[in-house]
Amino acid sequence: MTNIAVLDYGLGNVRSVRNALQAVGANAIVTREPEQIQESDGLIIPGVGSFPHGMECLNKYKLTPILHKYFSSDRPVLGICLGMQLLFDKGLEFSSTNGLGTIPGVVDRIPISQEEGRLPHISWSTIKKTRLGKDTIFFDLKDSELRFYFVHSYAAVGVDKTNISATVNYLGKEIVAAVQHNNIWGTQFHPEKSGPSGLHLLSNFVARCQ
Amino acid sequence: MRVIARLDVKNEFVIKGIHLEGLRKVGDPFQLAKAYYEAGIDEIVFNDAVASLYDRNNLFSVIRKASEEVFVPITIGGGLRSISDVEQALDSGADKVAINTAAVKDPSIIEKISARYGSQCVVASVQAKKTNNGWEAYIESGRETTGLNVEDWVMRLEELGAGELLLTSVDQEGTKSGFDVALVKAVNQTVNIPVLVSGGYGKPEHLNELFSQVIPSGICCASVLHYNIYDVNELKQHVLKSMKEYTNDEYCCS
Repeated sequence: MTNIAVLDYGLGNVRSVRNALQAVGANAIVTREPEQIQESDGLIIPGVGSFPHGMECLNKYKLTPILHKYFSSDRPVLGICLGMQLLFDKGLEFSSTNGLGTIPGVVDRIPISQEEGRLPHISWSTIKKTRLGKDTIFFDLKDSELRFYFVHSYAAVGVDKTNISATVNYLGKEIVAAVQHNNIWGTQFHPEKSGPSGLHLLSNFVARCQ
Repeated sequence: MRVIARLDVKNEFVIKGIHLEGLRKVGDPFQLAKAYYEAGIDEIVFNDAVASLYDRNNLFSVIRKASEEVFVPITIGGGLRSISDVEQALDSGADKVAINTAAVKDPSIIEKISARYGSQCVVASVQAKKTNNGWEAYIESGRETTGLNVEDWVMRLEELGAGELLLTSVDQEGTKSGFDVALVKAVNQTVNIPVLVSGGYGKPEHLNELFSQVIPSGICCASVLHYNIYDVNELKQHVLKSMKEYTNDEYCCS
């Protein structure tokens, strides 16, 4: 059975991620223990909440060096929502906070004015694949399976096109929905809360980890 | 537009009343949640119909079980009074908490949850009843008045950090006779966070009445689902069809 470490850094819905991984047949280990992380076949960084609080929690548990070491090991990593955002250089929520700096880019408030619409962006939205290769985690998802659950007010900007694997349209703005950089994937949406499509995506991730 | 199943739970049963009163048992909360999930519902709201009256929280075990098989967002409401209640709710597998009574008694709870878990986690639940000059907010399942004007109160809830509003019309709840369109319109104009509308859906014309005036972010359905008047797919078709008459927005129609 594939062992997936689900990073527990005190932020949000680790239980949902664990339950979803178990539903697709993986062995999910919710942990912040360096050894358990190192021994896993793949790593998921979940998380909801604010960017500064996310980094504060990673630092509190001294997880940053452990993550960097993991990233360079070529094993698959999936960041979900805030877990994806923390992979970028910095976040501008409240004040400027340095992120993990693994993927070049910045996390900033979605540029929607009060007149244009409301935030947070909470919806089921259909993503547009911008990369079609077999190396993406949604390579075999049908068009009808590209509807995912989003909940966020911040999004990645200034991301190199080669690192963007999907976008989503919110009130006419193209927002980064998924990223990919070597062995590291990230989704702004929540696959663990996106019904059968989300489970399909997660099972693709698990398959990568074997 | 999200189509949300609302399950009001009393003891171990999903119940349904009219104006939040006169409750009838309609089924097992876990089985219903699972069935609605499998049928394609976008989200599920569990509301403990008696917890805030008797200070009980027995919904956590239902949530724990549901979160193992239901992979859409789950909100829990009813009787959550403290940060430790919220922590327990989220640990059980809920994604969001809906807060009404506790926020009226101490508004800072909204601020505290939002600061700790993010605004996306806090659904401010408002039970509104019509008055001569607007709407008043109620607590304890529509039984107790608060003296709060709904439009003022929702503005305050947004300022405090609520990420969404669950707006229940006590007058329309359980009647299947249509939404309180004026209420939804007033609240939707007042706040800039998503508004979820609960109470009154009975037939597709009700959606036309609503969408011709205001397009909220989600519709909560209870009676029509629990009594098998429509299935999830039919509901979603109604919403989509009606929405397309009033907006071209790709985002709203997704």
